Amino acid sequence: MSFISYLVNGISLGSVYAIIALGYTMVYGIAKMLNFAHGDVIMIGGYVTFMIMSTMGLSPWLGIVAAVVVCTLLGVVIEKIAYKPLRGASPLAVLITAIGVSYFLQNIALLIFGANTKSFTSVVSIPDLVLADGQLTISGETIVTIIASVIIMIAMTLFIKKTKTGRAMNAVSEDKGAAQLMGINVNKTISITFAIGSGLAAIAGILLVSSYPALTPYTGAMPGIKAFVAAVFGGIGSVPGAMIGGILLGVIENLSKAYISSQLADAIVFAVLIIVLLVKPTGILGKEIREKV
Amino acid sequence: MKKKIGMNKSTYNNMITLGIVVAAYIIIQILISTGSVSSLMEGLLVPLCVYVILAISLNLTVGILGELSLGHAGFMCVGAFASAFFSRLTEDLITATYLRFLIALIIGAVCAAIFGIIIAVPVLRLKGDYLAITTLAFGEIIKNVVNVMYVGKDSTGIHFSMKNAMDLNLKEGGDVIIKGAQGITGTPTDSNFTIGIILVLVTMIVVMNIIKSSTGRAITSIRDNRIAAESIGINITKYKVITFAISAAFAGVAGVLYSHNLSTLTATPKNFGYNMSILILVFVVLGGMGNIRGSMIAAIVLTLIPEYLRFMQDYRMLHKRKGAE
Amino acid sequence: MALLEVKNLSIAFGGLRAVDGFDISIEKGQLYGLIGPNGAGKTTIFNLLTGVYKPNDGIINLDGKNIAGMRTIDINKAGVARTFQNIRLFKAMTVLDNVKVALQNEYRYSALTGICRLPKYFKMEKKMNERAEELLKVFDLDGQKDIMASNLPYGKQRKLEIARALATNPKMLLLDEPAAGMNPNETQELMDTIRFVRDTFDMTILLIEHDMKLVSGICEQLTVLNFGKVLAQGETSVVLKNPEVITAYLGE
Repeated sequence: MSFISYLVNGISLGSVYAIIALGYTMVYGIAKMLNFAHGDVIMIGGYVTFMIMSTMGLSPWLGIVAAVVVCTLLGVVIEKIAYKPLRGASPLAVLITAIGVSYFLQNIALLIFGANTKSFTSVVSIPDLVLADGQLTISGETIVTIIASVIIMIAMTLFIKKTKTGRAMNAVSEDKGAAQLMGINVNKTISITFAIGSGLAAIAGILLVSSYPALTPYTGAMPGIKAFVAAVFGGIGSVPGAMIGGILLGVIENLSKAYISSQLADAIVFAVLIIVLLVKPTGILGKEIREKV
Repeated sequence: MKKKIGMNKSTYNNMITLGIVVAAYIIIQILISTGSVSSLMEGLLVPLCVYVILAISLNLTVGILGELSLGHAGFMCVGAFASAFFSRLTEDLITATYLRFLIALIIGAVCAAIFGIIIAVPVLRLKGDYLAITTLAFGEIIKNVVNVMYVGKDSTGIHFSMKNAMDLNLKEGGDVIIKGAQGITGTPTDSNFTIGIILVLVTMIVVMNIIKSSTGRAITSIRDNRIAAESIGINITKYKVITFAISAAFAGVAGVLYSHNLSTLTATPKNFGYNMSILILVFVVLGGMGNIRGSMIAAIVLTLIPEYLRFMQDYRMLHKRKGAE
Repeated sequence: MALLEVKNLSIAFGGLRAVDGFDISIEKGQLYGLIGPNGAGKTTIFNLLTGVYKPNDGIINLDGKNIAGMRTIDINKAGVARTFQNIRLFKAMTVLDNVKVALQNEYRYSALTGICRLPKYFKMEKKMNERAEELLKVFDLDGQKDIMASNLPYGKQRKLEIARALATNPKMLLLDEPAAGMNPNETQELMDTIRFVRDTFDMTILLIEHDMKLVSGICEQLTVLNFGKVLAQGETSVVLKNPEVITAYLGE
């Protein structure tokens, strides 16, 4: 029974990673850059909801909407100010800029909210699910997280496959130049991608701090890195890869915590990543690109 | 062929860089002897040397080889712990401080280089962002493992555990040297600013000499065009491994300097985590890829600015408080 | 015996047989041309000969030794050097260093020798400098030895690539479209250089080219490739009159 409980919690944590990884992977696919600041957008989302709910005492729904709106705008603004001028610059310059944005967001949060840990009140109000005569308890947060991530996954897959914007995103990530020649507004498409990725990050942030209620300016950093690992794990640039990578990562992390060592859980997650990349250097679902000689 | 001034532009540049370091050392020593260096600043001197060594050694991987590594702090961690462990172990056996430190230095560098070689294996297959995340992962693994490691010694020898200090089953009078998350305490503080500067100079000279040797040309050719390099018989595998090993060895040296500057050594996200690796990368990028003097200046400036700002803030607060009184 | 003897060389990418049963025989000191329409598989053959791709089938005998499937660096050491269709110089290195890096398998010293600047370092570096400058002089590049390779004009970049390939002391030189992007004057000059290289270094040269003037001007033997297969083979003047070759090039 305890195994199932660890597994379910792992899937829940993995779902959060998957949502964050989705944003990572979409941005990577289109802008070919690692948005290191993605994790910190999660943290901002958490703080916005915290302010609305705990400081102002308004409804959690309003908190969620506000967080999504703020993060979406934030994502677009970051792209416009920090990344757009660097399009075509060396990948390293872009990476360093992204790291700079990450530090900037962390320090802004530090300035506004202080370094103290804020105890986040869960946005979920449905009761825990008790199964098998009380031997197995699944928290409301876990249920909501898993359901939310399933909905997001389906919605995103449909969005990319079926809508004009989604197809434009695909085209831009394949070949920016050709997409432009075909009349796709590349700048707009990139903006939309950042907007969606950041909006998703806000939701992931709220789900994360609902389950793990300690909120600090550095809350987003480690989940951000883990989601990055998840995205690479699944094959960066691949949407289903991000989902698989995220969930696998969450499960591995939780099971290692339960059965091996809680201090070594991160190390095990990273070790699994390295092993996967050694066997398949482009991740589980990644495409191999051959250099033309 | 040799003209009277048989130096070309890059040799001249290197000489200037080395000259700057020596001049800075002399000036600072004079300032210290006249008592015009604050204790805060004096405490920063060895860490500055540590950062400069880290930046220059990472420049070899990132600037010269052109591979993105986000695990440099991990190598530093290996060097720091391996050497501090040795120094604690032999504190009573080897009483000559400099000899002990020299051996510790070699141990730190060699251990870090071994890890560098281990990491170079996946590096050979991976590229770009995949490589970046792998090196980051390695660094984090090293930091995490060090945090659950318990090593002690007693009359029967050295004991090792990944659980807790009790698990070591030490005999009476045994000594736990590495205490998991509490790290190593009581490391002899054998390093000082002079040693730091000497190590900075050694790092610089080694890296400069590599760049201007056939090894350096091979590494640069791999960065500029891997396929062409192979076509003229350059062994990519060999040179990537050499680069990672040397780069890691000097990160290890920085770790030795770091651990012997403090009596307590713990592996925290702040000193050996990926944030540190990123910071070192920022030094390299801001200083200019492949530019040794740039790495040095960036490391110094970026370390001093926050310290200076912090100082100013405290100073301002002090003033405010005085005004309120 | 021929210096290069290729038999039944084949490779497929997915379902596409890019090179299919390719045979060639090149005598020592020959200037041999490989021509064919775009996509015929010419560069793929170069990649197979230099180990960038591993062939699915076939043997490549260089001086009696089968080099098929060997690693690129080992093939280079066995005596095959090449240039690339899209110039691949070490752009951020000086002209001199571009050649020196190719000389280091001949004038060896260890990394440690380099770091510690042992006497051997100075000896070998001096030898390398002399040899590199000698080669650069052949291609009239010695005046620009200290500038970055990327700052050379286009025609000189092509020449530097040839100099770099020659620095590895090959038995055979493969030139992939050496005249691409050159004006008629530069092409004429290049033809002289290629001939000069063959004569001075007693080099065997296989070249891919689209410029028919160059091909008919310097190549003694010719192989025409179409859809991965050999269409015609033999003496240049004869091959170029072959009606099948004319059809493949000009259409019906």
